[in-house]
This record gives sequence, C-alpha cells and structure tokens, in this order.
Amino acid sequence: MKQSQQAVLHQVMWNRLISVVEEQAQVLVRTAFSTSVREAGDLSAGVYDTAGQMLAQAVTGTPGHVNAMADAVGHFIRRIGVDNIFEDDVYITNDPWEGTGHLHDITVVSPTFYQGKHVGFFACTAHVVDIGGRGFGADANSVYEEGLYIPIMKFADKGIVDKTLLSLVRGNVREPDQLVGDIYALASCNEIGHRRLLEMLQEFAQTDLDTIGTFILDNSRRATLERIAALPRKQASGEMRIDGYSKPIDLKVKLDIQEDRIVCDFDGSSGLDKKGINVPLVYTKAYACYALKCAIAPEIPNNAASLAPFEVVAPDNSIVNALHPAPVALRHVIGHMVPDTVYDALDKILPATVPAEGAGTLCNFQVSLQPRTDQKAPANAVRSEVLTFNSGGSGARPAADGLSATAFPSGVMTMPVEATEHTGPVIIWRKELRSDSGGAGKQRGGLGQYMEVGAVEGHEFYFSAMFDRVDHPARGRQGGENGAATTISQDDGSVMQGKGKQFVAHGRRVKLAFPGGAGYGEARDRDPALVCRDLSRGYISAEVARDTYGLPESEISRVMKAVENGESH
Amino acid sequence: MFNVGKAVNQDTSIRLGVDIGGTFTDVVLEVGEKQFSTKVLTTYAAPEDAIVDGMLQVCDRAGIVPANIDRIIHGTTLATNALIERRGAKTALITTQGFRDVIEMRTESRFEQYDLNLQLPEPLLPRQCRYTLEERIAASGEVLIELQRADVEVLVDRLKAAGYQSIAVGLLHSYINGNHEQLVREVLAERFPTAMVSLSSEVSPQMREYERFNTVVANAYIKPLMKSYLGRLAGRLAEEGVGCKIFLMHSGGGIISLEDAAEFPVRLVESGPAGGAVFAAHIAARYGLDKVLSFDMGGTTAKICLIKNQSPKTSRVFEVARSYRFKKGSGMPISIPVIDMVEIGAGGGSLAHVDAMRQIRVGPESAGSEPGPACYGRGGDRAAVTDADLVLGKLDPDNFAGGTIKLQADQSADVLASLGEPLEMDSLTAAYGLSEVVDENMANAARVHAVENGEDLSEYTMIAFGGAAPLHAARLCEKLGVDRLLVPSGAGVGSAIGFLRAPSSFEANRSVYMRLSAFDADHIRHLLGELETESTRFVLGCDATSDIEHEFKVYMRYTGQGWEIPVVLSAEQARNPDPQTYSDLFERDYTALFGRPVDGMDIEITVWSVNATTPAAQVSPLAPVIEGDSAPVAGHRPVFDAALGQQQNAAVVLRDNIEPGQTVIGPAVITEDETTIILPASRAAQLQSDGCIDITLQEQTATTDSAQLGAST
Repeated sequence: MKQSQQAVLHQVMWNRLISVVEEQAQVLVRTAFSTSVREAGDLSAGVYDTAGQMLAQAVTGTPGHVNAMADAVGHFIRRIGVDNIFEDDVYITNDPWEGTGHLHDITVVSPTFYQGKHVGFFACTAHVVDIGGRGFGADANSVYEEGLYIPIMKFADKGIVDKTLLSLVRGNVREPDQLVGDIYALASCNEIGHRRLLEMLQEFAQTDLDTIGTFILDNSRRATLERIAALPRKQASGEMRIDGYSKPIDLKVKLDIQEDRIVCDFDGSSGLDKKGINVPLVYTKAYACYALKCAIAPEIPNNAASLAPFEVVAPDNSIVNALHPAPVALRHVIGHMVPDTVYDALDKILPATVPAEGAGTLCNFQVSLQPRTDQKAPANAVRSEVLTFNSGGSGARPAADGLSATAFPSGVMTMPVEATEHTGPVIIWRKELRSDSGGAGKQRGGLGQYMEVGAVEGHEFYFSAMFDRVDHPARGRQGGENGAATTISQDDGSVMQGKGKQFVAHGRRVKLAFPGGAGYGEARDRDPALVCRDLSRGYISAEVARDTYGLPESEISRVMKAVENGESH
Repeated sequence: MFNVGKAVNQDTSIRLGVDIGGTFTDVVLEVGEKQFSTKVLTTYAAPEDAIVDGMLQVCDRAGIVPANIDRIIHGTTLATNALIERRGAKTALITTQGFRDVIEMRTESRFEQYDLNLQLPEPLLPRQCRYTLEERIAASGEVLIELQRADVEVLVDRLKAAGYQSIAVGLLHSYINGNHEQLVREVLAERFPTAMVSLSSEVSPQMREYERFNTVVANAYIKPLMKSYLGRLAGRLAEEGVGCKIFLMHSGGGIISLEDAAEFPVRLVESGPAGGAVFAAHIAARYGLDKVLSFDMGGTTAKICLIKNQSPKTSRVFEVARSYRFKKGSGMPISIPVIDMVEIGAGGGSLAHVDAMRQIRVGPESAGSEPGPACYGRGGDRAAVTDADLVLGKLDPDNFAGGTIKLQADQSADVLASLGEPLEMDSLTAAYGLSEVVDENMANAARVHAVENGEDLSEYTMIAFGGAAPLHAARLCEKLGVDRLLVPSGAGVGSAIGFLRAPSSFEANRSVYMRLSAFDADHIRHLLGELETESTRFVLGCDATSDIEHEFKVYMRYTGQGWEIPVVLSAEQARNPDPQTYSDLFERDYTALFGRPVDGMDIEITVWSVNATTPAAQVSPLAPVIEGDSAPVAGHRPVFDAALGQQQNAAVVLRDNIEPGQTVIGPAVITEDETTIILPASRAAQLQSDGCIDITLQEQTATTDSAQLGAST
C-alpha cells in the first residue's frame, strides 16, 4: 500500500476515535443524575494510550477539564501501578490535584484490553451537585471541610464493585442516590467508549493504538508548532484585579512566545485566600491553555501533543497554584478569570484578536431549601439541593458585539427554569436580559441578566453565592467602557454578599443582577444604526443612547414610535 | 412500468402526490397500477403555479382530467424555508413577566467553544415584539399569581394598535395548566378577532420553556403565510376542476387535513424528508424488512433515518435552520412529533479543503448548482464530492443527468491535484481521500444515530435514494457492516411517492410527571383517554370512515435523570396500567441502550403520547423473481474500489436493459438517467420484480474491507 493511502486510512481512524469519545460523552449526558452534568454539560471524556497520553477528547464538555483530564490518567497509572491493571477494572478519584480541581468533580478511568492486551484507557469527569462537607460553596477553610475525599483507587476490581467504598460514599453525602447514579453513569460511558474502540480496532485490523496514536500526536504537534512559530517572538504582561472572598485578588501573567512553546508565568499573582476560591494548577493550566488555543489554534483537536507546547507555571501556594490542603471548591470563580488575564497580555502581542473582558465567572448559585423554621412547616415541605448555572455577558470582540447572557470561557449550558422548578421547591421569578449592562463601545459588550429566586410556600433556604465582579466589573478595551457590575440583595433591600452561604427567611426573595461584558473601541464610533437597533430592543435605555452614544432626541423619538407600532427594525 | 406495490384495495383510485422542494417541485400521479411523475422548477412567488403545471402534465400523460383525482397529498419546504429565510408575518409573543428573553437567551452557551468570533442566531422575534403579563403558574400546575383579565385587555389593545397579524402565547408551565393561555385567547378573540393566535399549550405542550416558546413562536410566525398559501392552493386547484380533498404531509410522517395544517403549520416543517422516510418504510414493508436504514443523499446534504418494523423512528424535538456548519445547537429547536433524522452537510456539491493537521475535510460548504463542482466547467475551482466521484470513475462524464450536463474530467483532476499537493497525493489518491472522508462522515453519523437508539447496524438493510446516494451507498454499507442494500426505482421523486403511502395520523402528547412509586392508574387512564380523543379528532378530520389504530408511548427515566427514553405500550398496557409492567418495560429498554439498569432507583414518567393512525396501506407481496442470467454488459471502465484501495475494471450495465431476476456481479456500475449505482467488488446485484436493485454481499469476498487495508499497514 502506498504511503499516501495509509494516510487516508489513518485519517479515517482519527475521525472515528473523535466520534467514539463524543459518543462516550453523550452517553454520560443521557444517563447522569446531577443537573450539572445532564442539563449543563459540565463534564468531559477522552481516550488515552497505555502511557496515559490523551489521544482524543470529546467536543462536548467544558474547557475547565481540558488539561486536567490530559494529566489525570498519568496519576492513575502511577497510583494504581502498571502491574495492578486488569481487564474490567474501573478506577475513581475526586482528588482536586490529581483530578480536575475540586472534590465535586468525579473522575473515572477504565483500562481497555483487546485480545488480552492492555491497549489504553478511557476517562471521564463530571461535576456532581453534592459531595458532602459544607456543601458547594466558598466557606470552607481547608479541603477537609469541603466534602468526602476519594483518593485514586479501584471502584471495580476485575469487574467487582467495591461495596465498602459505595457505603462510605452513601454515608457521607446529601443526595446518595444521585451521586451513586452518577458514578455508575461515568463507568458506563467508559464502557460504551471501550466497546466502540474494540469495533474500530477489529475493523481496521489494528492490535493496539500505537500506530494511530503516533499519527495523531505527530500531526497535532506539527500543526500546533507551525502556529506558534508564525507568531511574533515577544513577551507581554497582563493583569486583572477581581473581588476575591474578603479582599481583592490580583491575577498577573507574563506571556513569553518562544519558537516552539508559549510560556504563561503567573508569578506576582496574589497568594492563597483563606476561603475556597483557590485554584489547583491543573485548572489554571486548563483555562490558560484554552484561552491561547482559541486565539491561536482553535481547530486543532485537544490531545497530549497539541496541548504540550502551552506551558503554565505559577509559584507554589499562589491563588492559581494552590497546594493541598487549601480549600478549592469554587476554583472556577478565579479560574474563569484566567482567560481574560491571559488576553490582557496577548492583546499586546496580537492586536485586534482577543475580546474585551467579559463576565468571566459563571453566575452560579446553589439553593439549599428546607421546611420553614420560623413557624410550623406544612407536612409536605421537603429538603432539597438545587444548583443552577447562569451567565453574564461576554466581552465585545474587535469586530462584533459581545454575546448576551452567554458563558465564556466556560462551556456549560443553563437549565430550563421549568426543569429547575421540578427538581426542588424553588421558584425562579425572573430570568431575563439586563438593559444597559453591556459596556458601551464601538462594539458593545454582551448584556448580563436579572434573576429573582424564592421558595415555594412553607420553605426557607440558604443561598450559596458564587459571584464575582461585584466590585471589579469587566474592563473595556481600546476605549470601550466597562460592563455593569454584579449586584445582589433581598427583595426587602437587605444587602447580601457576592460569595458565601447566606440565610433567606420564609417569604423573602433574592434579587440578582449579573454582570455585562465590556465594550471594545470608543462608544462615539458606534454605527448609529446599531445604536437605534439596541434602543428599539431595549438593550440600552434612551438615556444611554443619548448620553453615551450621542443619539439625537429626534432619532430617539423616531425609534420609540417605531417600537410602539410593533416595527421590528 | 413496474408494479408499484401499493395498497391492494386502492387499485382504482387516482392519487396525486406533490412535494415542493428548494429547487424542484416533484409531482407523482398514480392511476390504478400506473405511475406518472414529473419535476418542474419551484415557483417561489406563487408555489401553487408549479403544482398546477406539474399536475396538468401528469394528468395529460395519464389521459385523465384533474376532476378525476380522488385524493391529493402535499408536502412542502415552504414552512421550513419561511423560518430559515425569516419571511414570516408581523408577530408578537405574549409571555410571563420576567421571562421576556427566553427565546433569545437560548441555552446560554456557545455551540462552538473555540471560535472567539462566534455569532449566535437571532431569535425569530426581536425583543420589542415580546410582551409580558403578570401571572405565574407553578411546576405543580397550581396558580401562584392569577392572570387579570384587565391586564390582558390593555395589552391586547396595544397589540391591535401596533398592527400585529399573528400572536404567539407562551406562558411558564402552561403544558401542565393552560388556563391562563386560554384566557389570553378569549380576550384576543373578543377585542382583536383578526389576529391569528397560537397557544404553546396546544402547539407543543411539553416541558422546557425555550423549546416550547420557540415552537409556538415559529407556528405563529408562519401561520398567516401558510394559511394564505393553502387557501390559494385550494382555490387554484378548484379552478382546475379538482373536487377531491387535499391533505398535507406532516413532519411526523402522516397526513392531516388542510384545515388542521393551516392551524398548526409548524407541523409541516421537514415534511418533504419525512415523505422520503415513508417511501423507504413502504419498500421495507414490501420486502418484509424489520430493520432498515434509509439513506437520502442529494446535492448539499445527506439524511439518515432508522426504520424499525416498517415505521420510521420518531422524536419529540428537532432543530431547524442550523446556522453554523450543521452544528448541534446552532439552529432553533422545534418540539413537535417528528421523524427522527440525522442531517449532515454531505452531498454531491460538498467542497473539500486541507486543514492545519494536513487532513482532508469535506463540507458542509457546498458548491451549489452555480458554479457547481469543478467538472461542471462553470468556474468551480475547488474540489467537490462529484469531482472525486468523476476521477474515481464512478461517474461517466458523457452521461451525467441523462447527458444534459457534460462533465469535464480534466477540471476535476486539476482541482483534486491542488487539493492533494500539500499531502503529496496525486489527483486519484486525493479523490480517494476525499471520497473516504465524506463516506466516513456519513457512516459516523449513521453509527452515532444507531448507537443513540441502541441499535446494531449490522442487522440492518439500507435503502438508498436521492441523486447522489447510489454512488456512495455500497461503500457506506461496507463501512457499517450492512450486508444488503436496496436501490428502488423512482428514487428521484421518492418523497412525493412516500406521501401517497402515508397514513392519516396525528400524535398528541403532554408532559405530566408521575413516579412509579406514586402510580395513579385512574389518572393514567384519564390522561391517555384524553390524548386518544385529541389525536383521533385530527385523523377523523382526514378520514371519517377508516379504522383508527392507536399507538401508546410513554417517556421514562430514573427519577433524577434529565433524559427520557421512549417506552412503547400495548393498548392493553395503556388501558389497564400496572406499575410493575411499566417498570419492567423501562428497565428492559434502558438496559438495551446503556448496558445495565441502576439498582434501587425510583422511575418516573414524564411525557405521555398517543398516535392515532389509519392502518398502514396493505402491501401486495413481492412477486418472486426467477434467478436469471447475467445482465447484458454495455462495456467496461476503470473504477476505484475504496475497500481494495485500487482501481478495478468494472462492467458497465444500463439499468433499463436489466430484466427482473438478472444479476450483475461487482465490480460494476449500473447507470440510469438520474443516477449511477456503484457496485464494488464486494457486492452483487439482482433486479427485483418491482424494479428495485437488490445488492448483497458476495460470499467469496466476505472479508471486511478495511481489514485488508489495515493488514498491510
């Protein structure tokens, strides 16, 4: 066979492998119990060679797991021991440092055997709603308080599930059925991946993943290095100040573009925070790398070789390289800010490429509902944990407005309100776009959103806030203005904190306004037709149209008249 | 003329099927045993003109007049196109206060995570056309805030003054309690009777507000357009002397009355492809095949559908108007009963390029008909699938589309050589690479679709139709391990023929949550009874006399999961509900899909559905063919065999020259005006008595293709 024909065959196998891991991820979505997995898609899935090098990763999932997943399998091989790996084994961990950054992410790894020979691994990760401890929130002082810790160990030994482990798990979490269901879902999605892989090996008469693995990694490495080599050899620094838990946090990065690698050094960033918003380095790496890949090599699939040239370093026990036993449950709050920090530096090297700052951190909150305690609760009142994922606005791009209420950098989805209200006695009274929250600019930042949350009659709740950008809104680029900041209060006007678990009495509601993305370029340079469009849609108010964008009164009345007449343009 | 194998009892009836597609309007007339078909160009300004034109042509050929026609069945892409091209009416949405932006906020995620310049599709209605009312219903159906009639009156007067034509009403949790939506309709009827009204609790009574609101908005948006078109059509046909009833094909694969179609036009979306699936289902019935994969490949897309027990698989939600490389999430969700199809950007015109990893990628970008693939010689300068097919010898340059377009092989070779240059491939190898990539893309889509449904394709038979499908179908079969392939006659107008085979049917469904631990048999009987009545009413609107069959289906999951699986109930199980039976059925199906059940979990039912349908047309058994000799060979030409990785000297056989029972042994090409069937070395073909080419695995070459390829790597 000709060499070029073999290349065709290898390409077909590479496509197949990507389709196999995609299917693995879809099975997880369809069988998982936690809303974070099944509705929001907070998961990832991938296939590895016997050395633990990631060969393919499902597109479905979130960037936060990108590198973390790539590194995890190596830890499993080391901990389990090469001689202790058998057919039908299943391994598990939620170690924040050897998994994906906090105890709420369960990683399951399954070795794959073909014709009696160990040929690789499947791994998948999912964010579960509860892992015991203090519950999902920033309040712990160390990782020991954040919940049950499962070191890397066997969940199934040659197919036999460890019942002792299951009992321990069940006894330590608030929603045992849900968690155990999720662990099984993780195991079975690896199983489906394994079956498809065997079919592929058989069909292409391969005995292992060596040939195709080498082909994938060589091509990916070469393509990534070509992209890096084409960049200017420059260095630049970037920084961002954000809320933190009790005091502001500085993120600092120095980007160094070398011939065959890009080094991100987070030296100078703040030290550890006392509360659970610290970030293990795996998670910092994931988001720094994601940011760079988006800007430099977006279409190259994730695998060990395409990720390797992006090097991320940070001083030990800085906020972005928290070591055990720092509390890390809400590592996403800081981690989601890493891309905008990296872009602050990259903008100085590659102008007109990256967006202005956006909301960054997902606007998540967890509601712990319980029967009212201020007086007798009705008989049908229940306890329930409800986690929701929501997004502020993304930053304006050099040639386009930011996206309203759309997650960036995270890849997760929101849950339908109707589905959320079926999971527990919570009522979402409002969920809609927030006018005037997008930073003004030639390109406008994406709008944030309003939410209003209460409980069904007879219930009170604890509200675990996980918000940032209360004091540090997204900053504009190239003369663009800042996005609106986060606000949070109760409906009687009482103040609430952006982070932490807070009590909400019977009958009260929490009112939230999530942040907007920042603008790009000067507001006065914005196309007046777009200003009119924004006004007619209510993305901006008449005041902002007039005062910020300089729209004449006559135009404003014309637009408002058209809206009254139901004109859609 | 072959026996078209239609219902034995309808030998004398005269029926017309009409499919309005993007380019052509296909018209098929059946008079007793005989079939007449034509293709006329779609007339966008007045689509009924093309229908009348085509109808008169086929009537003329059949020697009848329109007044003789007993039944007209119509399917159309007009509804789909109106949504894609945003050509709907001036429409407003009325929704719950606090939820004005549901259709704009979508899932709050990016369907392509690595594109910094991603654009999300605009919602059908911009924000100023979305109005709110203070009211609220809880997840339990209980009213939290009562809707005040006075508030509705104020809003309705405002909408009237603004001159809206069509009003969509979508309130939170209305799938469980539609009273507030009903009140809005009452007030609209009273104060603004000229407005057309669509309620989400009627159009799509399913949980998940984004999908439901989007569906009701889509319905309202195209309603005036479709209502007026259907009215004009009925008028024009009457002028031509047509006296029979006109029915519409719906997306679920059945037909509904013209009046119901005008009320729920969103149900017409994707009715053309649905007709194709019904066409394939009918052939499956004729051959007694219980597991069929239909494969429809045209110029820009390929569609794949699973057909089990002669019924196409259905789904409750799908996406229309995908705006970004056919990517999931980039279109708008429509939650209605629909034939479940996978559509991917792979057709004869799909263009290839080499990406950063030096891999060949194909589609979804298409050369269209202008300039078309490079071989059309109209300035196409990038390699398309058709160019690869030509260079590989699958197409005859002098005999494409019945000889109407002369293909230029040298142009194809040039663009393929440029494609292959960075890969150090000559034009033939590049063509092989391109073709393998597009075939693998389609095979992967089929594979994933099968797995999602817990099916093993190796037990399936493929039925291929559409202009490009027969060129690629056999290779797909090799890749999927499918042993048998049928290429029917009349494949070019397959959807319109499918319309004539479709039963009258309507699926009614509703979201109501019930855990098996709180199983309420009376409630279930009542609910299913209501759905039975509702679905039956629609079918009676088509056919007041026929027998009506009911199919019962519930969607179940473990409590706490987010995705349901459909579980089919017998009439007995539906009318005498019993929790143990439901639990057993669910665990059986769940295990088939995901490997193992989850112990100790409660199970819940989320959606209930009843499909009322007239009995499937009885199929005349296929007359067996007598094993014949070899079909006459008109010549030979070199054709590249992808499984063998080399050129083969293939026999060229004209389809018109094959007698039933005669065989063709691969490697061969079977040519006809509308398409060419490629028979690789692994396959042999026989012409059946109904005109189908029946292609099966040859015993002597039964090794899997890639194994041979792989063995030498």
